[in-house]
Amino acid sequence: MKADIRVALVGNPNTGKSTLFNALTGLNQKIGNFPGVTVDKKVGYAQLPDGRRAEIIDLPGTYSLYPKSRDESIVFSVLAEKDTALTPDLIIVIIDATNLKRNLLLYTQVADLKIPVIIALNMIDLSKKAGVDININKLAEKLGVPVIPVSARKLEGINPLKTAISYANKFALQQESIDVMAIAPEIIESISKEFSTDNPYFALQLAHQHETLKFLTPEQSNRIEELEKEHSFHSQKAQATETIARYNYINDLLYDTVKTPVTAHDESVSNKIDKILTHRIFGFIIFMGVLLFMFQSIFAWSAYPMSLIEDLFVWIEGGLRGILPGGPLANLLIDGVVAGLSGVLVFIPQIAILFAFISILEDTGYMSRVTFMMDKIMRKVGLNGKSVVPLIGGFACAVPSIMSTRTIENWKDRMITIMVTPLVACSARLPVYTLLIALVVPDRNVWWLFNLQGLALTGMYVLSLVSAIIVAYVMKFVLKARERGYFIMELPVYRMPRWNNVLFSMYERSKTFVLEAGKVIIAVSVILWVLSSYGPGDRFKKIEQTYSQPQYTRSMTPDSLARVVSTEKLENSYAGVLGHVIEPVIKPIGFDWKIGIALITSFAAREVFVGTMATIYSVDGDADRIDSVQNKMRNAKNPNTGGPVFTLAVAFSLMMFYAFAMQCASTVAVVYRETKNWRWPAAQFIYMTVLAYGAAFLVYNLLK
Amino acid sequence: MTLEQLEVGETGIVKEFTDLEMSVKLMEMGCLPGEPVKVARVAPLGDPIAIHVSGYQLSLRRFEASTIILQ
Repeated sequence: MKADIRVALVGNPNTGKSTLFNALTGLNQKIGNFPGVTVDKKVGYAQLPDGRRAEIIDLPGTYSLYPKSRDESIVFSVLAEKDTALTPDLIIVIIDATNLKRNLLLYTQVADLKIPVIIALNMIDLSKKAGVDININKLAEKLGVPVIPVSARKLEGINPLKTAISYANKFALQQESIDVMAIAPEIIESISKEFSTDNPYFALQLAHQHETLKFLTPEQSNRIEELEKEHSFHSQKAQATETIARYNYINDLLYDTVKTPVTAHDESVSNKIDKILTHRIFGFIIFMGVLLFMFQSIFAWSAYPMSLIEDLFVWIEGGLRGILPGGPLANLLIDGVVAGLSGVLVFIPQIAILFAFISILEDTGYMSRVTFMMDKIMRKVGLNGKSVVPLIGGFACAVPSIMSTRTIENWKDRMITIMVTPLVACSARLPVYTLLIALVVPDRNVWWLFNLQGLALTGMYVLSLVSAIIVAYVMKFVLKARERGYFIMELPVYRMPRWNNVLFSMYERSKTFVLEAGKVIIAVSVILWVLSSYGPGDRFKKIEQTYSQPQYTRSMTPDSLARVVSTEKLENSYAGVLGHVIEPVIKPIGFDWKIGIALITSFAAREVFVGTMATIYSVDGDADRIDSVQNKMRNAKNPNTGGPVFTLAVAFSLMMFYAFAMQCASTVAVVYRETKNWRWPAAQFIYMTVLAYGAAFLVYNLLK
Repeated sequence: MTLEQLEVGETGIVKEFTDLEMSVKLMEMGCLPGEPVKVARVAPLGDPIAIHVSGYQLSLRRFEASTIILQ
């Protein structure tokens, strides 16, 4: 799609940038990544009143052009780099009218880059309500740029803003804000000369940020470094001088354009709410209540759509089997691709609901209060206040939780959170645990009150949280921080959630998950299907020949014959052979080759374990009937000892393995998507597998 | 005295900073010399704290507050 004009949205966090972006572009938008970095890039198209199309780029929220995180470092490079596919023709600076002073700092920096600017004065309704009197015409006149009052939430002022975009001039008209030359005259002059730019602020920014700018060659960056030494340029001192000069300019500017009533802060509604929500006792109780409600809802509300999706796929599979002629191609399509697809799509309800909650909590401003309350506890183990939500979300599913770590600005804190979240016992482990616990733990009460089986299950959940915290604590010392850790965070005013944004967020996150993680999941399911449906050499042919002999066809019903054949085939398939191959490795933790097959197949997803067990022990009836799987497993005899296969030691060893091992293709895929580097999912896979093996080994040998 | 030493509800005026790197981040957020700051509340576990500055609420850790010298 070709656009006539390219517009970049720039603004502080919590100014309603995303709301305005949605208001301008509607559903006509897509998410990608900026070239070479993992930062989300949102691009959309808006139809202008004069018939032209504008491409709108939403840049990460930032308080200034000096980046504090990797997300923010993208802003200056997009604005400053010339002649790329992203270079904007026009910048819209979004300013929160209720917080003009701090918001104008970023405007003055952007304006000094001399790219044409429009100001969108957002939340104008709220500032009017608060009694702030802004002389918009005078402000626009003093700044030399159009100032458009808007209320993105109420969709007011959107058309005037579009008109302003279509009238945008090719040349910057904004007034000079501060005397940039005065900050560091020598270095600005040298850089301007050597890099042939006539913009002193661009030259100054090059001096500050040359190390992180991708459009500079290493030689250019080194040359700037030399110039810095030559003129003894001190980046932070210059930045401090600049910030003070800018605020002086802003104070002058606001002096005769804005009248703010003197109101006591303590009386604002937001403060009253904060007194309760961040109370030292009620605060934690309310937070626990919110979490409980959230996860209860994720389980309860997702159950119905999830079973609908499963039913739909059962129907599709049945339909396809009816239509397609039998054969390997049809089987690949049905048991590989369609089965894999259903494994992806079945997660959508959980993802959508979790993200609805997260976007509501963020929109209202409650999330930053949670961060505020939990920061001290989480910091002790190397995490951050914002790690709380993904960690607790891990009880439902690691996939949406890892996607939600994007709210953590600090790189190290975010990586640790991503690395430990899959340790938290997710819902996919539940069927494995219940099956194995019911097999070996007696259904008996202790001290009248506690059921032994329930205690064992609770123990597995507690173990998962404890292990996540311990691993986080270890990683705190292993990972090197890229940035110094800060916790200077705005506590935004409480607001009603924007329901449109909640819907957008549900839609966007689900779409991203299906498109990105889905590819990998389908690939893995196809590979697993091939491994379990083909065997080396002519082993399958021989099985079929053997069982087509009359002594079998006469003495057995067709159903039981088919089951025996499929069991034999599984043992002789590549997966079965692999099971035998890995037997020496898994013997020390108490597993035989049959469990080995289940381990291999369930590396794609843990829930596969039950189904594989069902196939291996050729259960009567369908594979979903746990009781029959259980009986077969209970009766399974170890050929060497004559005793049962699933002893207490084996069952708990297996549970340890499922507690720690990274048996989830979706998580691997999503960690790759979030980190954009295979090193992270690989490191995670290795440490978790080592942990799983170690724990299983320990437990097996202790209980044996 | 430093900002960290203020009790909840007390107001001070920023004079200078002891940590240059931190000062740059704080000034960007509106904590400038001459600006009044008021401690709004303390997190349930005693850290971080929340302050009112240039018309909005900012939370920062006690360590960061200790780098702000008040008049």
